[in-house]
Amino acid sequence: MTVTKGKPIELEDVVVKFVGDSGDGMQLTGTLFSDVAALAGNDLATFPDFPAEIRAPHNTIAGVSGFQVHMGKRKIYTSGDMCDVLVAMNPASLKANLKWAKKGATLVIDSSTFEQKAIEKAGYVESPLDDGSLDSYNVIKAPITDLTKESLETLGVDKRLAERTKNMFVLGLMFYLFGRDIEKPLSFIKKKFADKPKVIQANQVALQAGYNYGDTTEAISSTFNVDPAPMPKGLYRNIHGNIATAWGLLAAAERSGRPLFLGSYPITPATEILMELSKHKSLGAKVFQAEDEIAGICSSIGASFAGSFAVTTTSGPGLSLKSEAIGLAVITELPLVIVNVQRAGPSTGMPTKSEQSDLMQALFGRNGECPLMVMAASSPADCFYKAYMASKYSMEHMTPVILLTDGYLGFGSELFRIPDVNDLPPIKPPIADPNDKNYKPYRRDESTLVRKWAVPGVEGLRHRIGGLEKTNIDGNVSTDPLNHQLMVNIREEKVFRIGDYIPLQEVYGEETGELLVVGWGGTEGALRSTVARLQEEGKKVSHVQFNYIKPLPKNTRQILSSFKKIVVCELNNGQFVNYLRMLYPEYPYHQFNKVQGLPFHVQELTDIFNKLLEE
Amino acid sequence: MSISNKISKSPVELTKQDFVSDQMVKWCPGCGAHAILAAVGNVFPKIGYRKENFAMVSGIGCSSRFPYYVDTFGFHGIHGRAAAIASGLKVANPGLSVWMATGDGDSMAIGGNHFIHILRRNIDINILLFNNQIYGLTKGQFSPTTPLGTVTKTSPYGTIEHPFTVSGLVLGAQGTFFARVPDNNIKLMTEVLYEAAKHDGTSVIEILQNCIIFADKVHEHITARDMKEERQLFLKHGEPMIFGKNRDKGIILNGRHLEVAELGKNGINEDDILVHDQYTRDPSIHRMLGRLKAPDFPVAMGVIRSAAFDTYDDLTEGQIETAKKTSNIKNVNDLLRSGDTWEIE
Repeated sequence: MTVTKGKPIELEDVVVKFVGDSGDGMQLTGTLFSDVAALAGNDLATFPDFPAEIRAPHNTIAGVSGFQVHMGKRKIYTSGDMCDVLVAMNPASLKANLKWAKKGATLVIDSSTFEQKAIEKAGYVESPLDDGSLDSYNVIKAPITDLTKESLETLGVDKRLAERTKNMFVLGLMFYLFGRDIEKPLSFIKKKFADKPKVIQANQVALQAGYNYGDTTEAISSTFNVDPAPMPKGLYRNIHGNIATAWGLLAAAERSGRPLFLGSYPITPATEILMELSKHKSLGAKVFQAEDEIAGICSSIGASFAGSFAVTTTSGPGLSLKSEAIGLAVITELPLVIVNVQRAGPSTGMPTKSEQSDLMQALFGRNGECPLMVMAASSPADCFYKAYMASKYSMEHMTPVILLTDGYLGFGSELFRIPDVNDLPPIKPPIADPNDKNYKPYRRDESTLVRKWAVPGVEGLRHRIGGLEKTNIDGNVSTDPLNHQLMVNIREEKVFRIGDYIPLQEVYGEETGELLVVGWGGTEGALRSTVARLQEEGKKVSHVQFNYIKPLPKNTRQILSSFKKIVVCELNNGQFVNYLRMLYPEYPYHQFNKVQGLPFHVQELTDIFNKLLEE
Repeated sequence: MSISNKISKSPVELTKQDFVSDQMVKWCPGCGAHAILAAVGNVFPKIGYRKENFAMVSGIGCSSRFPYYVDTFGFHGIHGRAAAIASGLKVANPGLSVWMATGDGDSMAIGGNHFIHILRRNIDINILLFNNQIYGLTKGQFSPTTPLGTVTKTSPYGTIEHPFTVSGLVLGAQGTFFARVPDNNIKLMTEVLYEAAKHDGTSVIEILQNCIIFADKVHEHITARDMKEERQLFLKHGEPMIFGKNRDKGIILNGRHLEVAELGKNGINEDDILVHDQYTRDPSIHRMLGRLKAPDFPVAMGVIRSAAFDTYDDLTEGQIETAKKTSNIKNVNDLLRSGDTWEIE
């Protein structure tokens, strides 16, 4: 029997969140759902939300794993604040996530799992399905686990497999709800489980059964439609920030002609970069999984001395451990890209939660006068470009560069229009020529102050460098007071002069106005979508998102001087705003800070900006 | 076990003079480090690689000034990290002959972690470990090899720490090459360094080095000229372990222990004496040899262990070579277009 349903409800954009127990397969379900949305032409952004524990106790709040996708027919900047559709596979996941569902949201709930024990474990007294607490939502109650088992009965699969296939049932149901084609996920399933025909069959049947259930159940009164977004022509893929970072580094190695060396130690949320680069031996990438963070960076410094394009990747606590060695890279003036995928600190903090609180550490967290370039990426796909540019500046200017991304970017994904690597800006490291009679370790280019990169093994370039202060040009060990002053000044000036090569800061919106919203790095999506909305309302608000932090773009002061009010928004207690206060003290800065391990929400930003506009 | 053919040879014969840098050597007069510099000067031309293919890496401490005094590529690192820096250098460019100068403080205290892991990985690097049982550059604090009870500036009542035996740490970390030499035997040191150069993998050469200022004569009971024959056992592969002024003593294996036996007494003759096998992969005897302590035993000198195991650097190159042959991803454009992509018209 087919239930007659009205015309689908047309949506500009929609936020869907899949939540369940850690073992329920929510990451896979969410990923497949997103892939199909992307194929249907929607723009989208995703974010997984999982516990630090691999398998926390069954049916507990601690064990809830989630995956959020924001898709639309317009440009999507973030993975969304509150969700429009919440798919909850057990009581604990509902309990933990209901506060993230909009009032009136559609809740798809696996009612088979709402047994007394599970309800109590989740911290409910009574089943929320019965006590009226969900009355303000559009609830689709379906005994998903039971229906999955039933649909698989004739296949004779074991109970465990039947249980684990319920995520495909719910996916089928969701595809029905959004009018999606189920062919695509079917072919994916075939690929993923190629050597397990039984699993393929079970997944296929469950997916189809879920879809059919949607079609026939009276619980669904209407479906949704999200039209394709207008997007520039080209070849696209979905990409996670950490993967994009890894690929940007590989592209830089290829274009510079310097082989990639990564020295790194596993740390959440940066490990995916290490894992991804480990795969690409065919591109000549050498990956050294070190015994600790210090060996990660020190092996990279050794490789950089050897003439390789060297990288180390880490998160905040790892950056702390690397501090001394970063100083070594600064004083030896060797190229080195240090990627810090920031997480909530201090100390171990909240490893899977995101924050922007390592900015001051990146800028100043070392002994001595120790300047280096600091950059930040602003979206998952942007990680590709910023990793590439960080590599370019590092090699061309013979300096370590810290690239700040964060867990939100690293784990998040968005659509990526695939570039041709040959269209990226060229990278030309200052390699010393064999038998260069003029070669001295610290002889410099007059305009950039950059020294030559003399590669061991090359004739006529033997030299010694290291952590002790050296004389300029000759590079002999020296404690001469004036030479030290000179070298300190040169190292600072060299980094400052990279400012001649980085792009000018772009302003989103009018170049002057009432309010300038300032952000840096990973908050771009939330700030941009908020400002875009206010601009549509006719408000005189503009947005700048900084990716180049040291040095700052040369037009920074000019931009800051063109607005009546400035508000600097950061996921920390005010690190960038204080940096601006130090460099440009003449402007009164407002600040909005949040340190909860959560991204900004458009609503809270809108309230703050409106208030500032009204004052 | 020969001089590597992966590293380019010098087209001309080099001499000791070719490796002398223009820097003034600033170790104290009488310091054992001078002898190590001399031995390195002897052995580098003998090894025969191009000058440009030698790289010297160090950490921090008196030992670690070494790179400035050798005219090769050199990198003076930070405290304890020489092994990590050298690892990156060698893995990035296996065509270099990488030598590391370090001390008992640098490698066994602050750099202990890197030290054990470079050994475990067996990266082809030669480590000169200057063991003077003291922190010299910071002026006389006890180190991880300072004997129990020694009075130093930070142990005015005597140390209460059990010292490391360098060989024990090296073999415990699955080291594939370990040798020991006194600093007053440049000839032996030169031979041993040559053996280290031939070994594929991490080589540790423990040099019993005298710090004339802060730990003078700590090795004297082993290294003194008049004690040499009685207190040192010069190991040679394939030869029986005989020592003593009159070459009348030898090492025998009695059950699970090594013992000193006198030749001609209790029916012991040369056939009973243990024959040195530096190449055996089983480290049991090597461990026992490394632990022999004066005055009850002679201290083992020369190459104690030189066992063939795959090196990290070779395995790295091998995996890359295979991947390049078999992978469809030949460049980054291929990578960006791999997997799930779609065209938007």
